[in-house]
Amino acid sequence: MTAAPTAAPNNTPLLEARALSFHRQEEPVFAPLDFRLCEGELALIEGDNGSGKTTLMRILAGLLHVDEGELYWRGEPLLQRDRCIGEILFLGHQLGLKADLSPSENLRISLGLHGCREQVSIASALAEIGLSGYEDESVRRLSAGQKKRVALARLLLLPATLWLLDEPYANLDRTGIALVNRLLENHLACGGAALVASHGAVSFHGGEPQRIRMHA
Amino acid sequence: MNPPGLTTACAAMLRRDLTLAWRRRGDIAMPVLYALIVTMLFPFALGPEDTLLQRIAGGVVLVTVLLAMLLALDAMFSSDIEDGSLEQLVLAPQPLALMLAMKILAHWLTTALPLIVIAPLLAGMLHLPTAVMPVLVLALLLSTPMLSLLGAILVALTAGTRRSGMLLALMLLPLCVPVVIFAAGAVAASQQGLPWLAPIAWLGAALVLLLVLAPLACAAALRIALDA
Repeated sequence: MTAAPTAAPNNTPLLEARALSFHRQEEPVFAPLDFRLCEGELALIEGDNGSGKTTLMRILAGLLHVDEGELYWRGEPLLQRDRCIGEILFLGHQLGLKADLSPSENLRISLGLHGCREQVSIASALAEIGLSGYEDESVRRLSAGQKKRVALARLLLLPATLWLLDEPYANLDRTGIALVNRLLENHLACGGAALVASHGAVSFHGGEPQRIRMHA
Repeated sequence: MNPPGLTTACAAMLRRDLTLAWRRRGDIAMPVLYALIVTMLFPFALGPEDTLLQRIAGGVVLVTVLLAMLLALDAMFSSDIEDGSLEQLVLAPQPLALMLAMKILAHWLTTALPLIVIAPLLAGMLHLPTAVMPVLVLALLLSTPMLSLLGAILVALTAGTRRSGMLLALMLLPLCVPVVIFAAGAVAASQQGLPWLAPIAWLGAALVLLLVLAPLACAAALRIALDA
């Protein structure tokens, strides 16, 4: 009954949290969480406003320190961030776009820092997210939804296994929401994983996603 | 799927900040105009007496350049924090300290370099002898990067606070005292026909130290600023 220490890679979860919690001035931001996320899986983070969804996202991305509980990346403790660096793509409330630069210039910087997936280019990514014709417009002049789409183009371009999407549907119109769902489905089909914090609008066809309920 | 090399990442960072500066080139002109006006005030205040102006010229130009740089320092990281670019930078698979060093370099190129270019003009307005100009420019070339680096640490430390401009000045100016002493000392020595290499060498040594340490300190401070 002695299982081999290195199980088949498919059985090892990509990301695992055990009794993860976070305190701000001694007050817990959310109740301890346990979850496992394997490759090809989607987890929805649900909770009311102020229940700590964004905080959880920032912890998982590595912007905040874990102060209680444990995080594992591919079965190994995630103490040192270099283990997963470049494998996690975080899309938060702040889009990280420079208003004075054009969408393609903004994306070029991301590519310079993260590298590019194979067989995609900035032009093809912008076309896919529905912004062809706006390549050289300054981001300042785009609408909130269009800015969001520029940020979403990163999902197409950058190589990453785990997507952390904080409110990816905010400001998007109906086709934009469908676009995010399509991107998610393709990503999961290619063996990626995603954590999505959202108040709804996820219509996922590849089976019922895991739900992580947050309580303050 | 490997992340791009350091050279690619550094070039991307540098090009980004230089493009941004170029899109707002009016902001580059402002410290230059400020330095020009401040230097012009001295002859008005002290009288157009050659010997007096000559004696203070080196010091006035150095302090003016320092204050002009202080004006532009505040903006080094603030826009990146506001629009989330810094988060993306922290999460990128690149050494943060090196990326910040590129930002500091871009900042130096866009604020300090124009000031160094007009420094001989400023010094000329105060009748600094032409023979001393090269020493002044050399002193500025070594001291302004130090101000950028010291300033970057403090900007990173005060990143979370509102209205950090005045606080920044209060913290940075005392740290600049040694820089001003050595830079002005070199100019004064050259003016009196004394050897000026020693203070310049001290400036160079301090610059090398800061070049290594300041980006690391910035990276640590900004990580703390985001971890809140």
